[in-house]
Amino acid sequence: MTRAFDLRTALGIALLVALILLPVYVEATGSRFLLTLFTRIVILAIAAVSLNLILGYGGMMSFGHAAYLGIGGYAVGILSFEGVPSGFVQWPVALVVSALFALVIGALSLRTRGVYFIMITLAFAQMTYYIVAGLARYGGDDGLTLQKRSQFIAPVNLSNKVQFYYICLALLCASIYLVWRIVNSRFGLAVQGTRSNDTRMRAIGFPTYRYKLTCFVIAGTLCGLAGALIANHTDFVSPAMMYWTRSGDLIIMVVLGGMGSIFGPLFGTVALLVLEEVLSGITEYWQIILGPLLLLIVLFARGGIDGLLGKVRHG
Amino acid sequence: MADLLRVENLAKRFGGIVATDDLMLDIRDGELHAIIGPNGAGKTTLIAQLSGQLSPDSGRIYFAGNDITAVPMYARSALGLARSFQITSLFLDLSVLDNVALAVQAHAGHSFHFWRNARSEPELRDPARAALARVGLEGRADLPASALSHGEHRQLELAMALASRPRMLLLDEPMAGLGPEESTRMVAMLRELKKELTILLVEHDMEAVFALADRITVLVYGRVIASGKPDDIRKNAQVRDAYLGEQEASRG
Repeated sequence: MTRAFDLRTALGIALLVALILLPVYVEATGSRFLLTLFTRIVILAIAAVSLNLILGYGGMMSFGHAAYLGIGGYAVGILSFEGVPSGFVQWPVALVVSALFALVIGALSLRTRGVYFIMITLAFAQMTYYIVAGLARYGGDDGLTLQKRSQFIAPVNLSNKVQFYYICLALLCASIYLVWRIVNSRFGLAVQGTRSNDTRMRAIGFPTYRYKLTCFVIAGTLCGLAGALIANHTDFVSPAMMYWTRSGDLIIMVVLGGMGSIFGPLFGTVALLVLEEVLSGITEYWQIILGPLLLLIVLFARGGIDGLLGKVRHG
Repeated sequence: MADLLRVENLAKRFGGIVATDDLMLDIRDGELHAIIGPNGAGKTTLIAQLSGQLSPDSGRIYFAGNDITAVPMYARSALGLARSFQITSLFLDLSVLDNVALAVQAHAGHSFHFWRNARSEPELRDPARAALARVGLEGRADLPASALSHGEHRQLELAMALASRPRMLLLDEPMAGLGPEESTRMVAMLRELKKELTILLVEHDMEAVFALADRITVLVYGRVIASGKPDDIRKNAQVRDAYLGEQEASRG
């Protein structure tokens, strides 16, 4: 973050500006579909930004990150169903419950390393999936339709698609800024040191477990926010939101965009979802094209899209 | 002067292998104490137990009069016991300066600061630059640690140990893999450091050990077979049999 200006920051900011201007284009062309697609992209980018904090900067290969999407989403869905439509209640509850889940999952899984860590985070996410699928009162497998989007005081109205889009975009910008501050702080450097060499960190005097756990909880909470947004976006929550393949999608977004880079998750999310959209318009076997593309990125561009924009930065 | 580090009846076994066998050791405040012994004598295992990376099966470790046997690794470092690694163990994807600044940060209170840019905090960066200057790496501060040569990695190791302002350094083979010129530089550096710090040095390079050590302890199969001044060790028949070649012993 020492250089004030470089290609990747320029592209990141250009992308954000394009996202800000998108509703103007939508207004001009009347393409409602584009607004829906990009609202989804912006929300999932928040989830990817949160995963990047633990995966890219913390080296914690969580394979259960979609669990928080589901938890945040269901916090909104269940409260709405039980007659609490206020967003001032729903959203804080979504964040707190996600944080608590992350605390429990992290406290147990961070005692392990490598493949075991991956498997335990995956197992917790799947467990959450099956528990939610078993909640007959809230639709079980079929999910739950939101009667109303989260209610805030006027003039905030989430049912206004353009306004909702801008709220999501503002939260995405805030998330990126938050992560940028965190990774350059003392806490962030401690977490990156742990990614690089955990034993050495402990040898020079860092209790690494509590820093990793804190990082894990921050990431889970932020992803819970994305969950609350996605529930409002689709007016619907279902266990499928937290199925393990969704966790896989989030990992792909982060890896594709560039792990451990500020704008990487945004690049990755836009690239993946736009590719998905374009390719599925060409052929119904679009995954046959997407698969090799991802393979090429992983094989030849280790730093993802972000890495293609310039040499990997060190400090 | 009193003992800074005392080890009593330390024992550690891995399955059937006894790595540390009822070991006794005293390191006096201010001395450079070398530990030598053939491969497999349990030198690295000993350092790992002293730094807290491994916990012993039995026995006690005292540092500055306090029993630290059960104190975890990060807290020992906070007490002033710093360790360097035999196999270079750095933060390779961070910059050289970041590596040392992290060692400073480790002793600058907790790291639950989420907002301020740590890379522009003079209270972290200045001591880090000073430590780099002491080992002669000030010109390499902004390179990624992975870009340094092996010899420079050893220097960086030392800078990180120094940056934590320790009372005592545990050095695990700082000369390993160094060329003759780099070794000479390292010996000169250690000679400077021993004026200020207590040092426990595990080293295979006998020339360096006899040039630097105030006292030497010889380990064989996890046991101390001799301990004393370099001259006494050189003359000790048991040590000669177990470890030092006749040539080495007869050399002035």
